[in-house]
Amino acid sequence: MAYYQNIFTQVQVRPLKPEHGVPVAVDDRIGKPFNSYLFGLIGNSQVGPIYIGYIAALSITCGVIAFEIIGLNMWASVNWDPVQFVRQLPWLALEPPLPKYGLKVLPPLNEGGWWLIAGFFLTAAILLWWVHLYRRARALGLGTHVPWAFASAIWLYLVLGFIRPLLMGSWSEAVPFGIFPHLDWTAAFSLRYGNLFYNPFHMLSITFLYGSTLLFAMHGGTILACSRYGAEREIDQIVDRGTATERAALFWRWTMGFNATMESIHRWAWWFAVLTTLTGGIGILLTGTVVDNWYLWAVKHHVAPAYPQVYGPIVDPAHLAPGPRP
Amino acid sequence: MKTILAVVGGALALFLTIAMFGGAGWTHPPMAVKQTGFRGTGMDLIRTRAGNEALAEANRAPAPADPAEAGGEKASAVYENVQVLGDLSAEQFNRVMVSITEWVAPQQGCTYCHSTENMASDELYQKRVARRMLQMTQYINASWKENHVHQAGVTCYTCHRGNPVPANIWFDHPVQGAGRFIPRNNSQNLASAEVGNTSLPYDVYQAFYQHKETSEDAVRVNATTALPETKGKPIQDAEKTFAIMISMSQSLGVNCTFCHNTRSVAQWDTSTPNRVHAWYGIRMVRDLNQDYMTPLTSTFPRNRLGALGDAPKINCATCHNGANKPLNGANVIEPYPELAHPTVAVNLPVGEAKDPIPGTQTPTPKPTKP
Repeated sequence: MAYYQNIFTQVQVRPLKPEHGVPVAVDDRIGKPFNSYLFGLIGNSQVGPIYIGYIAALSITCGVIAFEIIGLNMWASVNWDPVQFVRQLPWLALEPPLPKYGLKVLPPLNEGGWWLIAGFFLTAAILLWWVHLYRRARALGLGTHVPWAFASAIWLYLVLGFIRPLLMGSWSEAVPFGIFPHLDWTAAFSLRYGNLFYNPFHMLSITFLYGSTLLFAMHGGTILACSRYGAEREIDQIVDRGTATERAALFWRWTMGFNATMESIHRWAWWFAVLTTLTGGIGILLTGTVVDNWYLWAVKHHVAPAYPQVYGPIVDPAHLAPGPRP
Repeated sequence: MKTILAVVGGALALFLTIAMFGGAGWTHPPMAVKQTGFRGTGMDLIRTRAGNEALAEANRAPAPADPAEAGGEKASAVYENVQVLGDLSAEQFNRVMVSITEWVAPQQGCTYCHSTENMASDELYQKRVARRMLQMTQYINASWKENHVHQAGVTCYTCHRGNPVPANIWFDHPVQGAGRFIPRNNSQNLASAEVGNTSLPYDVYQAFYQHKETSEDAVRVNATTALPETKGKPIQDAEKTFAIMISMSQSLGVNCTFCHNTRSVAQWDTSTPNRVHAWYGIRMVRDLNQDYMTPLTSTFPRNRLGALGDAPKINCATCHNGANKPLNGANVIEPYPELAHPTVAVNLPVGEAKDPIPGTQTPTPKPTKP
């Protein structure tokens, strides 16, 4: 028989009265809580009640407006053909204005105007959601680590879609809304600026991104492995080191010679995650504004090594002396 | 509930697995890997051995016809209206005609171009186009020998491969976004086979392959200095360059590093010699499209033209057909010296476009994008 031992148990706890948590000063939660078996498989089975204040409501409204503008523009771009809309959906996009419009506030709607309007509403939705997160964290008496981590992601978003285009003097420098289009844009961005891999902030961002996954795997693995000793109560064990923390620490000290503490591992993980988008945003901001060709920049500063020539000297035919050409 | 979910989940996983194995177009070892640059720089061409064999098989050059006597009466004396190959002997002329039939219209035969009543007549548009194409072949083999086609040369078969219309041609794309509620899509963001099913611009042939006067810098989007000194090119231009490069890569069945260095696509000094060949190839395509294909617009009937009424045009794939050397690099021109050099200057074909021979079925041109 299954028994409730720790949070890793597969037993779904369904209290007779839904859990409402600690009392808070203003509690505007709405919805009747219910239990979901499917949610119980991946988390707590209780769904709701959810807090929707006026800020969150405004954020969701702005988000829906942006989503609708983007979706309807995509649909219009296949002549309102529903079949093509579904088939081509990953390819469709809402493109920013053409370079000729520069920073014009509202170019013709079908030549980028919709992009600016959608961008405005999406940005408003994201910023309002940040305020919502911050206020809820404060209302519960929490620290504001989650909102600030979210702010780091918002920073990268704003650099790509707002700050860098402003500095470059053209909305056309921004990212299109679309699934494949934004990925192809990213590849073209690297090609345009002489290989983004030579951008040191891109290097840092990759380091933190891959580092985050490594830390996540190490920490998740450690806690799961020690759950039979009560490791899920890891925060308690910062001050009250039980057998789980001791074993976890010992495991890494044995294998690495050094171990994080129950407190420091979370700072490691938080900073790695936050620095991914923070350094990434700096790297994007410098591209085109301060550095125009990262490969040449890397050669100039001896970052890119020189390799032996395998072929004879290859000369740009466009620079050959103009002679009789077919 | 739990059991049902487990069964549904298991079935879904099974079908997805089957779909993945069956439908994802896997390649599998044994691989054929070729290192093409200094070790550790990622310069290599990775294909499968089976793929290499299939590619070689699909691009086999046909055996040339037996040589014909040079002596005897000239074709121009024996036949009427022989404008391009009149200096050949009648036997040599007939040999070329037979070869062309095999290369271009093996199923349709002589009457694809020639009127059954009068072989000398220029009544059929196919004959008038074929004459111009003969001249184009001669021009390519003479003027582009040094820089692009080299010893191998080209014949009709290089592009036609037994089809009256070569498999890989292109037409102009209509501009989208004409309507008031139809947004401009930059001629991109639709799944396009021309650009490797990316969302990149699909009208790049028009931008890069159509005119001889295309600026040398049209495709070059990288700054030539580390720091910004002049106003650079917008990302949209980089997307166009990216798109045309993907198209070239597909046309030749190679990856980027066949021509470029892995570290900097723009630097010439670290490129491979193939990039120079490709550079001249692009010029050749522009040359042929402007001087040979586009002027034929009024010669072709409407059903041979694109959606915008433009003539079919050439790109890399027209000759290469997926191989980095067309027809496996076979020397196809040596057995046909009459196609290696221009013989006489002939004006552009004139005359009204007429429908193909009544009662014959000719393949319709490939449809263009909506």
